[in-house]
Amino acid sequence: MIPEIGNFALIVGLFLAITLGVLPIVGAARNNAVLMGVARPLAAGQFVFLGVALLCLTYAFVANDFSVLYVAQHSNTQLPTIYRISAVWGGHEGSLLLWAFLLSVWTLAVALYSKHLPEEMVARVLGVMGLIAVGFLLFMLLTSNPFDRLLPAAADGRDLNPLLQDPGLVIHPPMLYMGYVGFSVAFAFAIAALLGGRLDATWARWSRPWTTVAWVFMTLGIALGSWWAYYELGWGGWWFWDPVENASFMPWLIGTALMHSLAVTEKRNAFKSWTVLLAITAFSLSLLGTFLVRSGVLTSVHSFASDPKRGIFILTFLVIVIGVSLLLFAWRAPKIGLGGKFDPLSRESLLLSNNVLLSVAAASVFIGTLYPLFMDALGQGKLSVGPPYFEAVFVPLMIPMILMMGLGPLARWKKVDAPELAKRVRWAFGAALVIALLLPLTMGEWNVMVSLGLLLAFWIITSVSLSLYERLAGRDDFMQRLHGQSLSYYGMQLAHLGVAVFIIGVTMVKGYETERDVRMDVGDVLNTGGYEFRFNGVTEEQGPNYVAGRGHVTISKDGKVVTELYPEKRQYNVSGMPMTEAAIDAGVLGDLYVSLGEPIPDSNGAWAVRVYIKPFVDWIWAGCLLMSLGGVLAISDRRYRIHNKRKAAAPLEEKTA
Amino acid sequence: MKARQKRFVFIAVGVAAVGLAVALVLNALDENVSLYFTPTQVFNDEAPHGRSFRIGGLVEEGSVKREADGLTVNFAITDTHKRIPVVYKGILPDLFKEGKGVVAQGSVGPDGVMKADEVLAKHDENYMPPEAADALMKAGVANAAAASAVGAASAPAAASAVK
Repeated sequence: MIPEIGNFALIVGLFLAITLGVLPIVGAARNNAVLMGVARPLAAGQFVFLGVALLCLTYAFVANDFSVLYVAQHSNTQLPTIYRISAVWGGHEGSLLLWAFLLSVWTLAVALYSKHLPEEMVARVLGVMGLIAVGFLLFMLLTSNPFDRLLPAAADGRDLNPLLQDPGLVIHPPMLYMGYVGFSVAFAFAIAALLGGRLDATWARWSRPWTTVAWVFMTLGIALGSWWAYYELGWGGWWFWDPVENASFMPWLIGTALMHSLAVTEKRNAFKSWTVLLAITAFSLSLLGTFLVRSGVLTSVHSFASDPKRGIFILTFLVIVIGVSLLLFAWRAPKIGLGGKFDPLSRESLLLSNNVLLSVAAASVFIGTLYPLFMDALGQGKLSVGPPYFEAVFVPLMIPMILMMGLGPLARWKKVDAPELAKRVRWAFGAALVIALLLPLTMGEWNVMVSLGLLLAFWIITSVSLSLYERLAGRDDFMQRLHGQSLSYYGMQLAHLGVAVFIIGVTMVKGYETERDVRMDVGDVLNTGGYEFRFNGVTEEQGPNYVAGRGHVTISKDGKVVTELYPEKRQYNVSGMPMTEAAIDAGVLGDLYVSLGEPIPDSNGAWAVRVYIKPFVDWIWAGCLLMSLGGVLAISDRRYRIHNKRKAAAPLEEKTA
Repeated sequence: MKARQKRFVFIAVGVAAVGLAVALVLNALDENVSLYFTPTQVFNDEAPHGRSFRIGGLVEEGSVKREADGLTVNFAITDTHKRIPVVYKGILPDLFKEGKGVVAQGSVGPDGVMKADEVLAKHDENYMPPEAADALMKAGVANAAAASAVGAASAPAAASAVK
């Protein structure tokens, strides 16, 4: 009965979405207040019904209702409850439902926090989001309904892929999806602006916080995914340039460009066409990401059973979305105008260059990711593009970008006096250079790439410090100056520092990690990186739904025990799938990482063991966290709050359902 | 600077940047693309010499032998038609198993043995790397194991390839 309610709620949700996609947009075109007014209640209704659908599916999982096909495929009575809940988005159908539900959350959020916006703008934005929801709900109901029945019901389920039975994976997909779907808001604002012909600084101010929120979620989602891969896949890598990782990285790159471009549009009324194009691209890449991951054309941990019908549906949807928005852009963009003028050397031009570099970086990732698909489709044979390609292209593109990133916040709008700027930054750059040259010596071995990475990182740190110094130092009250800066200024600087922390992490891991794959007998000692790893053997342990061989490794330094690690090799009861569970001793200066390979036959309890030392690896994710915090600070800025206060004071507010 | 000069600077810088990026991409693609071959193709000497490439197929039953160091593994990749011996030093992925799909990357020496730098098995028991599935299809095998491993969705594709 419950699954039928869920199915019914989905259908109601579809009809609400269709209404939402048609009436308010027509109303905005005809200036009909009644038609525009239905947008908010419809958004609320859509949220309620999709929420009910999601709850119904969750209930089916928790109650082990194996008469639902999707539940039978992705759960099992032995599965712990928390993973039964996360199994809701452990497969194709459920993750689509999550996508659609999160879209309704964003739609509702726009409906609630848009009271200072003109009615026709709200109507158009919500309408466009409704149309996107129509696409996704149709896709679900026609090709991948999570509520399809399995009759007769299965006695027990096939179990969730063991790789997905992990706390990191409970929150990674919702975070990432919040980011993917969040770019639909920036997209909807852009389309609404094109429809209404109103593209100006005010429009940029409205869509800026939404873009930043989506970007924050996406940053966290990608970082979580990377962290999960690091500790769960047992290979000790944090980024594999896997097609699916790339699928989330491309919209992130374009989203980052969009955030910066929106800043120029708001402050200087420039880059308007470019900003709109980025908003369209960011969301199109989000859709492409969904297409790549869910259609099964790509092979990775994320791709589920492939079904050509699904692929064609998403491809068609993608073509419609991109095609219609680009047509609209071509038709309307010439009317937008160019906006404020600026010199080849100015804050605008630095931001523009950063935008171009980010876009080129996204394009190079795009080429590397899709090249094998194109060649295969053209019958040119199968091939693969390895991580070295991405590193060879990406690093050279990021070097000038990071150098400009330091200059941007220090440069003036409109026109920069180059000698004056050079004079201001020379000490900052000099300090970064000295630190970059000397610091690697403390790690024992000097290395050009490490110095280069550290130069970039410390250039960001010193230029951020310079900017803070210029703004905060002075004879008058320090506290007053501290409060005098906007939160968005602090947010930007914090996010930039996050990039520096991230670069330090990447540089140090690349430069100084040690990876040893060794055979270890019981009692063997491995000396590496100044540590002693003693292998004490493997014992059998019983888990809730698996049996594990549990290794015991004692790590000591200078004769003192540092830590004891217990890596596991699990065998899951239902699927029979083996799984490596790495053991990690995490620290600010680096991680000690041990994982079990396989038992060595005809030996006395010997195993193949991976022993890794990863200096500063956690800085990679700490950097992402700082970037996200920077984003959060930026959207807490006063100028957005003022709007909220005005909104609260405004009379005759329409109530939402 | 006049507006026209400014525009020229922007365009020149833009073109130079894009040109550089294209050069980077092409160069990197040229060096880092690895082509994929089936065991039969490798046997017929169609694979490049002295350059790394990929082989896909099944791990031949009974072919996996470990050397005394515990890390060097010898096995054979087969498309059920021809077999290519592979030697790999390192820890194999969790799902590496006899009779299951596998992809190995490396180069083949004059002795006809592939020295693999990388061995991939996929993250799901029932999932077969498309390269491996492709090799089986090309070898003209539509046996039950392959059909069930490839999955119902691509079964029509398998059938048409066999024709």
